[in-house]
Formats: sequence, C-alpha cells, structure tokens
Amino acid sequence: MATSCRFAASLRRASLNARAPTRPRRFQPAAVHVRWTGSTSATSEPHQPDDKETVKGAPAPAKAITFTSDTYPDIQREPGFSKLTQEHVEHFRELLGTESAVVDGVSKDASEDIEPFNSDWMRKYRGHAKLVLKPQSTEEVSQILKFCNDNKLAVVPQGGNTGLVGGSVPVFDEIVINLQKMDKIRSFDEVSGILVADAGVILEVADNFLAEKNHIFPLDLGAKGSCQIGGNVATNAGGLRLLRYGSLHGNVLGIEAVLPDGTILDDLSTLRKNNTGYDLKQLFIGGEGTIGIITGISILTPQRSPAINVAYFGLASYEKTQQAFREAKGQLSEILSAFELMDGNSQHIVNKVTGKKMPLEGDHPFYCLIETSGSNTDHDSEKLQAFLEHVMENDIVEDGVLAQDQTQIQELWSFREGISECLGHWGGVYKYDLSLPIAQMYDLVNDVRDRLTKAKLIGDDDSYPALDVIGYGHMGDANLHLNIPVRRYDKKVEKELEPYVYEWVQSRKGSISAEHGLGIAKKAYIGYSKSDSMIKLMKQIKGLYDPNGIMNPYKYM
Amino acid sequence: MSGLRILVPVKRVIDYAVKPRVNRTQTAVETSSVKHSMNPFDELSIEEAVRLRERKIPVESITAISAGPPKAQDILRTAMAMGADKGIHVAVDEQDALEPLGVAKLLAKVVQGEKSNLVILGKQSIDDDAGQTGQMLAGLLGWAQATQASKVSVEGDSVTVVREVDGGVETLRAALPMVVTTDLRLNEPRYASLPNIMKAKKKPLEKKKLADYGLELGARLKTVRVTEPPPRKGGVKVDDVDGMIGKLKELGAL
Ligand SMILES: Cc1cc2nc3c(=O)[nH]c(=O)nc-3n(C[C@H](O)[C@H](O)[C@H](O)COP(=O)(O)OP(=O)(O)OC[C@H]3O[C@@H](n4cnc5c(N)ncnc54)[C@H](O)[C@@H]3O)c2cc1C
Repeated sequence: MATSCRFAASLRRASLNARAPTRPRRFQPAAVHVRWTGSTSATSEPHQPDDKETVKGAPAPAKAITFTSDTYPDIQREPGFSKLTQEHVEHFRELLGTESAVVDGVSKDASEDIEPFNSDWMRKYRGHAKLVLKPQSTEEVSQILKFCNDNKLAVVPQGGNTGLVGGSVPVFDEIVINLQKMDKIRSFDEVSGILVADAGVILEVADNFLAEKNHIFPLDLGAKGSCQIGGNVATNAGGLRLLRYGSLHGNVLGIEAVLPDGTILDDLSTLRKNNTGYDLKQLFIGGEGTIGIITGISILTPQRSPAINVAYFGLASYEKTQQAFREAKGQLSEILSAFELMDGNSQHIVNKVTGKKMPLEGDHPFYCLIETSGSNTDHDSEKLQAFLEHVMENDIVEDGVLAQDQTQIQELWSFREGISECLGHWGGVYKYDLSLPIAQMYDLVNDVRDRLTKAKLIGDDDSYPALDVIGYGHMGDANLHLNIPVRRYDKKVEKELEPYVYEWVQSRKGSISAEHGLGIAKKAYIGYSKSDSMIKLMKQIKGLYDPNGIMNPYKYM
Repeated sequence: MSGLRILVPVKRVIDYAVKPRVNRTQTAVETSSVKHSMNPFDELSIEEAVRLRERKIPVESITAISAGPPKAQDILRTAMAMGADKGIHVAVDEQDALEPLGVAKLLAKVVQGEKSNLVILGKQSIDDDAGQTGQMLAGLLGWAQATQASKVSVEGDSVTVVREVDGGVETLRAALPMVVTTDLRLNEPRYASLPNIMKAKKKPLEKKKLADYGLELGARLKTVRVTEPPPRKGGVKVDDVDGMIGKLKELGAL
C-alpha cells in the first residue's frame, strides 16, 4: 500500500517524479488545477491555449507559425546549395537502413511528420525541410555529412529542439540531422565522476542515471525533459546550476564530433588535465552546430548533495534583492547553489496560468528563490536559519517561506521554472537573455516597459499586442531574462525592442546573449557584443572547418 | 463549552517524494541519510486545526505531539510554524518505534493530561500504512469518531464531518469530544513562513518519556521480512507500426 498512498498524496498537490531523488521538475497534469503539461511534451511541441484555456491541448496547427523565410525576407537561399533529389533520399535510406531513421518528404507528402522538426519551441521559426535523418552511430553521422558535403547539401544539426534562438530548425530546405537515436550512456567512472555519453541522451535521463550513482549533471534547466546533452553543449547552456558548478567550458572534458568532410574528431578525453596543444573541443561548446556535429561528450559530474533546502522570498525593491544576494553569498557561501530572481509580474503569470496558489500571501514587487545544497543537513540548516533570521530581522526581505519537504521544494521551484512555459500561454514571447552589471539589471525591464507603454503596445485587451514586460533570471550569474509575452508577433513591437535593447546592453558593456546563443535571432546583432576583429577570426575558423558552408547556414554570424 | 482543545499527533516519516529502499538484511526500509519530513496526512491535520481557529471558532489550544527520535522535534517545530501553540516530544528510539495500539494508548494519556476534546489525526502514516491509530484511540477513550474527513465544521460542541465514500459522500455529526482523521482533499497545507518559523522557535516544546505517562509499550508484532516489488520488466522500442504488430504477435497478444 505504501506506493499507492504515496501516489495519492502526490495527487493532492502538484506532482512529483519518484525517479529522481532531488528536485525533479516535471509539471504533470496531476491535480485539476495544474494547468500545464509535462515539460517533456510541452517543450517539444508548439503549444497554444486550447478552448479550455489550458496550455496543454492539441499542438497549435503548424500553419499558424510563420515561415522564417517570410519573417526574414532578406535572407536568400544560398544558390550554391543543391536541391534534394529522389536519388539523395535513396542514398540515405540505404545508408541508415531502418525505416524510422528517414522521414522522407521528398518522394511523398510527409509534412505532418516533418513539421515538429521544422518549427521551434517558441513557435517563432519555421523551415521548409523535406528530409529528416536520425543516425544511430558516429559512423553514420560521418557518412551522412561526407555525402552532404560532397553534394553541397546544407544541414541543420538538431537535438531536443528546445533552443530559443531559432538555431535548431532549418530556414529553407536544409536537411535536419536529429540526434535522438544516439541515446546511449557509454560509461561512468564512479571514482572520478566522469560520464561519457552519446550526444542524443536527454538531459533528464542523464541526470537520473547519475542520481542513482549519487552524482549530478552539472547543468540543469527548465527544458531538461526534452533537451539533449549534445544540444546543451552545442549551445553552451548555462541554466540553474551554473552558480555552483560553473560553465560547460570547464566541465566538458572531451568531445567526439564529426566535421563536414566526414572526419571524426575523437577528442573524447576523460582527463581533467591535458595540456597538449590547442583545446579544439572548446570551439564546439557554444558552436551551435556551425562547424560540426557533436556525437559524444565526456563530462565531469560532481557528487550529488544529499541536503537540499529551498527558500522563497518576497522583497520590496530591486535594491533589496541585491542586498539579499550579497548576504546569501556571505553567509551561505559554499552551500549556495542557486539564487534566482523573479519579478512580481512573472509570478502573477505563473499563478494565473497554472492556477497554483502563490507561495506567499500579499504582493511583493520582487521574489527570490534560494537553494542550498550540501552534504550535512544539520550544518546547512543551521547556516540557513541564521541567514533567514538575519534577512528577516534586518528588513532585507518582506516575507518568505522555507520548504519543509520535497514536494514543497518542487512547488517553489515551479514558480521559477514554470515562467518560461507560462509566458507562451497567450501566443508568443519576445525573449532576451542578457548579461548585465547586476546593479543595473532591472533598469532595463523598467525602461522597456515605459517604452512599450508609451508606444501604446501594452494593454489588457486583445487590441494590444503585448501583455506585459517581465524580468527574471539567474541573479547569481548576473543574467537577466527580459521577456515580453505577446498575443501575436508584431513588427511594431519588434521595432520598439530592437535595436533599443541591444544598444542599451552594449552601453553597459553587457552581452546580448548570456546563454541562449546566437542562432538566427541574434545573428544580426553580434556586433553589439563582439568586435570586428573577433568576428573576422570567428569567420576564419568557420571557413576552415566548413569551407562549403553547409553546417547550419544563415545563422550565428 | 469553553473552547476547543485540539490535539494533533504528527509523525516524522521518509519524505514521500523519496523512493524508499529496503535495507540489505531485508528487515526494514533504509532510513539513514534519507530525507524525512512530516507525514503528509498530519500536515492536513495541523492545517485543519489552524483553519478552525482562523474561522473564529473558539479554539483554546492546538497541541502537536510526536513520539519518536530526537529529530521528531524538527517536525514539531514545523507544526508550530504552521500554527500549533506548543509541542510535546515523547522520546522513543527508532528501533523501539511504537505500533498503532501503543501510539493510541499514549495519545489517550496525553488527551487526559491536556484535557483535549478534539483529536485530529492523519488517517494513516505513509511509512507503515496501518491506518488504525485514530480508530483505536476513539475506542480507548470511548469517544465518537469520524474517519477520512474531507470537510470539518464545528458549531458549539457539535462537529460535522463530510467523508468521501465509494460513489458519493457521507455526512456525519457527533458531539465533542471526538476523534477525526484526515483525508487528502480536506485542505491544502500552508508553507511555513519565515516569521512563523522564527516564532515557532520560541514556542514551548515539552520533552517527555513514555515512563512519564506510566507506559511501557512492548512490541506485539514482529517484522518477518521486507522486500521490494519485483522490478518492472524493461519495454522494447519498436521502429514503426509493422514492428509493433510483429512484436505483439510474438508476445501472443494478437
Ligand atoms: C523551458 C526552457 C528553458 C530553458 N532554460 C535555459 C537555461 O536556463 N539556460 C540556457 O542556457 N538555456 C536554456 N534554454 C535554451 C537551451 O539552449 C536549450 O534548452 C538547450 O540547451 C538546447 O538543447 P537541445 O538539445 O534542445 O538543442 P536544439 O534546440 O535542438 O539545438 C540548439 C542548437 O544546437 C545545435 N545542436 C544541437 N545538437 C547538436 C549536436 N549534437 N551537435 C552540434 N550541434 C547541435 C543546433 O543546430 C542548434 O543550433 C531553455 C529552453 C527552454 C525551452
């Protein structure tokens, strides 16, 4: 009975996932009032409110998503690329063998099957691909790329298709090479904590595997149920654990990748120290599939912390959140594993879309979520208690709660992690992912809100395209997510936002893309964060590895 | 009637989001370095007691009690942070954990000492799933009982309890004193807020032993063996519909 009772208990509140011992974050449609679906499906499907106003519902008809080639009429199909023919498809079919490895829209109409590979998670970008290939081995990837390179067929490497800058879907008729069938864990060394795995392993699967071995994947993000570790490396994803475990540039020890000419670059090192020449794997970390396809990675994974605590605060001003962050660093130091910022609007939206009760009574302009992870519960609790008392007594925070059990931990996290998904509820989101000096981070949100208000683009009814301007993000990493949820994508809104936002960021010496990358969304704006000479060097590297330019064209720079 | 004197027993159990593991000797579930928290049904009991008070029903006192190892005091502090006025910790070693009848006998004594007139218990604790304590307590005290409450209302000394039964709901009414056990849909427990966590630290927590209640409670039951359910057999992935039909035929399902 223990199991069924536990299950029933889980039904009472939001949900839980018994497989992962710490903070598994799934939003299952468990109770009636939990309105959005598991991240697994929702992140890979375009979603639109259905008539019951729930986020789940049937995926929006793909037709509703505008073709990228229409949104960006300036981008022309590269005339040097060949057009796919029946013979090409036959070649791939022979090469890959199994029927399911080739989604063929060349010899027949397969638009419905191909659509999920053609359009992105935000419903913002849509390509015209007619062919999807799903190789099962590095060797197959090598043969595919060689053939494509020889025949000047352009390709798009694709992982979980959760990328937020349009990098993972084609613009024209590029072949989608999806890594989902390369999903094996190759090895794990329990002493060193080094994991070697195929690029197509889903992040959550990798993390659950590691949980069994008391280790943790040093990266965590809201799309964990869908995104692949190869995609994470290709985008150099930052996520929720960066504050504690650092970036993939440090944690990835080795990479196996295939270059466009079919060369298998075997740099799958499992050494922590290896000073023997240029560190080429770094080019693939954040390379967004522009110079090769990552097929395997080796990564250093830390020991999983048995003691996790989560607290959630309401604060009166942005100044107070900075004060709280400083105190948290000072008093919690080595056990602080996340410090997340959410503005009041973002929390109201989660509350509105999911129907979940707000963790705190009363309204606060800002909210913060703090997580500690350590090896000793008593030690951590003592520190945390002292910290909490300090911030309460000194009026740094107005109110707060401390999760008393695992379910509350997940519920509190869902108010941070659910934001992304809930913002899409009304149709679309303009997303900016920026690095800024912490002190000025939130000024941008206010400035943009003023700007859109003045332009009469924000409002409560359908005549206004935008609903609100929202700021949240990884405060611990000085990373702001500026989001504008909209009822429809609208050029007028875009005009107000760009290049305004980028200029704003440039003038503060920030980065126009802290973690989501360049893709197609930021390609034109790279100059705001990189100098001409840097861009020139990057182009030289691209030319060296991909002389025919077949890898993920029209993007990056 | 002067007011409600509510007693709420709470138990420290393995957190219900944690997958329990059987120990090597197959005598029990592994409890060391596993996250523990309050039995979820007991959270409902505390919440309900606090809500009765918030509904302006005259509640004189809410006392939380837990019998268990020293760590049970953490759970009592949580109960007090949620709104209980005081806690009673009865020290019981983990290896001497009480059986439902033992708990019921202890609670009967505490009820006398505290002059409680309403006991709100969880319908079961998720570690043993015995689901007996409330009923036994009502028996020992000779009080009315309403189990698995999904709604509780109090008017004067009359208590009305709605309970979900197969295919519908049943409404019971009885006069105080009374025993009520809680079910999932009774309420949604609150978070422990920081100010209340701090206040809870200053609330009284009495430390007792079984002997203080003149009790000596031996075990009547012996756990013979604890085993995990058989592992789920791994599934297979098929490539396409034909593959699936083939597989189903192979398994004799078609
Ligand atoms: C709900 C949500 C929350 C998110 N939160 C964060 C966050 O906190 N931090 C953060 O940094 N990002 C975040 N992201 C975006 C993030 O970049 C992606 O979720 C993830 O890293 C991409 O992985 P993917 O497998 O889905 O890659 P895809 O979206 O499929 O691809 C992304 C890019 O990588 C390339 N690529 C993919 N696989 C390979 C490969 N094997 N070899 C070479 N190139 C490849 C693609 O061509 C594309 O350019 C979030 C996204 C969502 C939807």
